[in-house]
Amino acid sequence: MIVGVLALQGAVREHMNMISRIGATPLAVKTRDELKKIDALILPGGESTTIGKLMTEFNLKDEIIRRAKEGMPVWGTCAGMILLAKHIVNQENTHLDLMDIWVRRNAYGSQLDSFIAEKRVEGVSEKPIPMVFIRAPYVEKVGSGVKILSEIDGKVVAAREGNLLATAFHPELTDDLSFHRYFIEKM
Amino acid sequence: MSEEKFKDTNASPERYSLNKNLAEMLKGGVIMDVTTPEQAKIAEAAGAVAVMALERVPADIRKQGGVARMSDPKIIKAIKSAVTIPVMAKCRIGHFVEAQILEALGIDYIDESEVLTPADESFHIDKKKFKVPFVCGARNLGEALRRIGEGASMIRTKGEAGTGNVVEAVRHIRTVMGEIRKLQNMPKEELMTAAKEMGAPYDLVLYVAENGKLPVVNFAAGGVATPADAALLMQLGCDGVFVGSGIFKSSNPEKRAKAIVKAVTYYNDPDVLAQVSEDLGEAMPSQEIDKLEDRYAERGW
Repeated sequence: MIVGVLALQGAVREHMNMISRIGATPLAVKTRDELKKIDALILPGGESTTIGKLMTEFNLKDEIIRRAKEGMPVWGTCAGMILLAKHIVNQENTHLDLMDIWVRRNAYGSQLDSFIAEKRVEGVSEKPIPMVFIRAPYVEKVGSGVKILSEIDGKVVAAREGNLLATAFHPELTDDLSFHRYFIEKM
Repeated sequence: MSEEKFKDTNASPERYSLNKNLAEMLKGGVIMDVTTPEQAKIAEAAGAVAVMALERVPADIRKQGGVARMSDPKIIKAIKSAVTIPVMAKCRIGHFVEAQILEALGIDYIDESEVLTPADESFHIDKKKFKVPFVCGARNLGEALRRIGEGASMIRTKGEAGTGNVVEAVRHIRTVMGEIRKLQNMPKEELMTAAKEMGAPYDLVLYVAENGKLPVVNFAAGGVATPADAALLMQLGCDGVFVGSGIFKSSNPEKRAKAIVKAVTYYNDPDVLAQVSEDLGEAMPSQEIDKLEDRYAERGW
């Protein structure tokens, strides 16, 4: 199984390492040709404004939307969650416009408000897993087809809608493979 | 209280890892110097991953001379409220009170920078005392590891800021990468002497020898004027690029900013580089390094 990581900007290498550790084949995706080779796609952390613009200018956006609508599993971490959202709070334009969630950007504040939490996620892990939040967004509201996977302090930080997965935190920055396993083996 | 457990991260090892990880999120991106909220918006719209809030860009600091200090908090706050991407700001080398002020302003990253006039000619800031992350300049591996030892969670090679001349940036990234390769090939018994000779903490020398890279993200900076300059530094092995005067001292900042962002993503694709390099107008006014009165890169101990 080839798992692509959108490699326009951000923490690409970390996801590639996790994918290899599970035994799948990672591929850094920068072009339409590379998009055609993959079975699943991770949208990494980084700056959503930067990745969103590059994705549009280099004609990757339409192809990602098409593949996602055909059922290819797509997982967005942090900035990737913003890219997936159909609604961005206080902002008119969206990016991929795929997942029925209302996302608030930089929801916790500046870097001084970044934090680490630990929590078990039903269906994903048996034990509590570390959750790294870096200038993170969270989900304020979800549509009826969206399943909430995890909440921290009353805010949704992980959710799934069919073949789409979104996390506000960064499993790729930890040693815990639970979320990558969940994405690759159960979606 | 629910089942989740929050961890105290103030100035702890976990805080340091959060700060290093913010830098990881900036990889493959361009950080642009801006002096007004309008410029900050142009930078954000062009795809910058962060902006550096300044009163004067390095080219103007060079021209006008005098002591260059931390920017007026009013400018920093105005820039902070104009954009959603991270905002960085510079303090003088060793000026820990300027750093305290920047932390109080809730800035996302502090650059303890040689572009400003140093406040201390022997000592840098003890960056481990701060919750806010720091990026520091370096010309070689020893300098980079000393800064990391003091608590920097990101490094940028210095280059020579405000010159529009990439030659020093190339020298510094080549030096750092070359010294990393050298450590990797050394038998372990030689590493203590290597640490002594480069003036670097031994544990960090061991890390580099084992892992073949710095323990933090390394950007290039100082003299980047064109998309080709940015791609050159990426191909030489840096993780991303700072552009100071190169954008807003050029004739078409918006177009050049966009072109440099694309060049950093597609640094290995000459077709894209050719396309984005076309018709950018005049680059910033440039200078030969030999004719400079002040070499900022020499500041740092």
